Amino acid sequence: MTKMTYREAVRAALRKALRSDPRVFLMGEDVGRYGGAFAVSHGLLEEFGPERIRDTPLSESTFLGAGIGAALGGLRPIVEIMTVNFSLLAMDQILNNAATLRHMSGGQLNVPLVVRMATGGGRQMAAQHSNSLEGWYAHIPGIRVLASATVADAYGMLLGALRQPDPVFIFEHATLYPLEGEVDESAEPLEITRAAVRRSGGDVTLITYCGSLGKTLQAAEILAQAGIAAEVLDLRSLRPLDTPAILASVAKTHRAVVVDEAWRTGSLAAEISARIMEQAFDDLDAPVARVCSAEVPMPYAKHLETAALPKVEEIVRAAQELVPRHG
Amino acid sequence: MCPASNSDGPMPDREHALFLLREMLRIRRFEEKAAEMYSLQKIHGFLHLYIGEEATGVGAMQAFTPDDAIVATYREHGHALARGLPAGPLMAEMFGKATGCSRGHGGSMHFFDKARRFYGGYAIVGGGLPIAVGLALAEKLQKRPGVAACFFGDGAVAEGEFHEALNLAALWKLPVIFLCENNLYAMGTALARHQAQTDISAKAAPYGLPSSAVDGMDVLAVKAAAQQAAAFVRAGNGPYLLELRTYRFRAHSMADPDLYRTKEEIEEWKKRDPLALFEARLRAWGLLDDAARARLEAEVAAEIEEAVRFAEAGPWEPAENLLADVQGPPPS
Repeated sequence: MTKMTYREAVRAALRKALRSDPRVFLMGEDVGRYGGAFAVSHGLLEEFGPERIRDTPLSESTFLGAGIGAALGGLRPIVEIMTVNFSLLAMDQILNNAATLRHMSGGQLNVPLVVRMATGGGRQMAAQHSNSLEGWYAHIPGIRVLASATVADAYGMLLGALRQPDPVFIFEHATLYPLEGEVDESAEPLEITRAAVRRSGGDVTLITYCGSLGKTLQAAEILAQAGIAAEVLDLRSLRPLDTPAILASVAKTHRAVVVDEAWRTGSLAAEISARIMEQAFDDLDAPVARVCSAEVPMPYAKHLETAALPKVEEIVRAAQELVPRHG
Repeated sequence: MCPASNSDGPMPDREHALFLLREMLRIRRFEEKAAEMYSLQKIHGFLHLYIGEEATGVGAMQAFTPDDAIVATYREHGHALARGLPAGPLMAEMFGKATGCSRGHGGSMHFFDKARRFYGGYAIVGGGLPIAVGLALAEKLQKRPGVAACFFGDGAVAEGEFHEALNLAALWKLPVIFLCENNLYAMGTALARHQAQTDISAKAAPYGLPSSAVDGMDVLAVKAAAQQAAAFVRAGNGPYLLELRTYRFRAHSMADPDLYRTKEEIEEWKKRDPLALFEARLRAWGLLDDAARARLEAEVAAEIEEAVRFAEAGPWEPAENLLADVQGPPPS
């Protein structure tokens, strides 16, 4: 096991992929000379050269589309989009082409493309750099959507994604890059379709992913001190959702809180809540609760941003309201 | 308005000349049959016919080899036929049959043939250009000899992706030939009503790539220009923009009442029908007589009839396969 940061883990996975497969290359804005907007690709240009670490113009739609074309042409492109807000400029290529080509071509084509991007708020970047739109991506058939919440997943998901025959979108929460953890660099590429139980408990299931895992684990700790044993489920794969893992936990705890940094309306949290209602109605002892971001463009000022994002206390309160008082 | 023919070039050899005429005639008759099948409700959805533009696809396609990758638009029947996709699976695709070239998943706008490196019809205007850039990047990075040929229309030059793609291809010196089939209308909006600069070939220079424009009603001129562009690109010089000035004789789609242009304008252009022009030249050169013309017509008619028979006979994709091609099997 090697101790490293989330940022270093993504970089280590990129390096491993670039070393082991000549078809792999990285392209995106400032991934080369600058070293990556979040310093993820720092040093890779020097090691692998400008053919494989390609700085692009600010043309998200075209370099994403070029990633699709390169994948069709036999390469294994990794496209970095600086933030999820910028990915909106590439939505046409993502939905109309990347997600569609296999089916629309009657199964002849496949697009083995990996796209990484930063998501989420919490860094006072205001309304155009702070959204959590991964739920929009999870709406789209034809792609896989992953979100890494741990350092080990930051490493393993990328390598697992590169083995897939179809497009994979990996969301990295922008506040997680300095997070420290341990990585087993000799491990096999991760199986990327399963959720992970990050803490076991029998009283309530807290379902979350990516940047909200830390807050949710903190909430579980506070709940434990209050005598409530919370189970924390890290979704990891947002499309497909690991529904069996969600149902198994709810069957055990009979209560669920979904913690999702996205806006509540039409969110992934809504989808998860609906699935529990549809498939585990009889297991439930209380309605499914949701803790989401306030429905407001993300404000800049710290106290306002904090007010907009899900908070540990909200998660604690939501769980407490579901669990009957002890004694 | 109509460009004069700029090809009084050398006489082609007879066999090749008849091949070019046959290719254009195949497209013309295929499209006429498609329109008929649409009115018989065998074909549904959108149907965009290529009639009038045959010389651009047929002429340009002569510059490409099986190693090259072809990207086209939703008006791609002609490109598919000229690329060598057999007519039967194309007609079957429009019928929605499992024997269609995309198993009935795509229809008229989305023909694909991986084996022939025909990477499809793209129905979001401009959407194919980035794909072609990526296909060219794959050729270059893997040191393969192929180039990417990207067909699109004049409407696409208003899209950001046109400008981004030209810039990126030139910046990275990628082997792409951008082939703009300028039929003067973006659906119903005339070029001069959506572009301040109506000379499309002039849009290449700001991005640092060479370009030219050619009479798209003259199959030999198109062929020569495309071959010249392809030679430039194959030599490792980076991309090239070729504007093919043409006109569609039919409405934008079968749903279009065609109210935005005059009948006189259409009739004026029909005087430069690419098939009639080429046929007249072949006759003048003594390469075609009535008997050969009749034989050609009969052979093409037989091919199109066979395509319809193939489409009619094909099975429907079983509905239980609905989700089969959404994603591939996970890695073992």
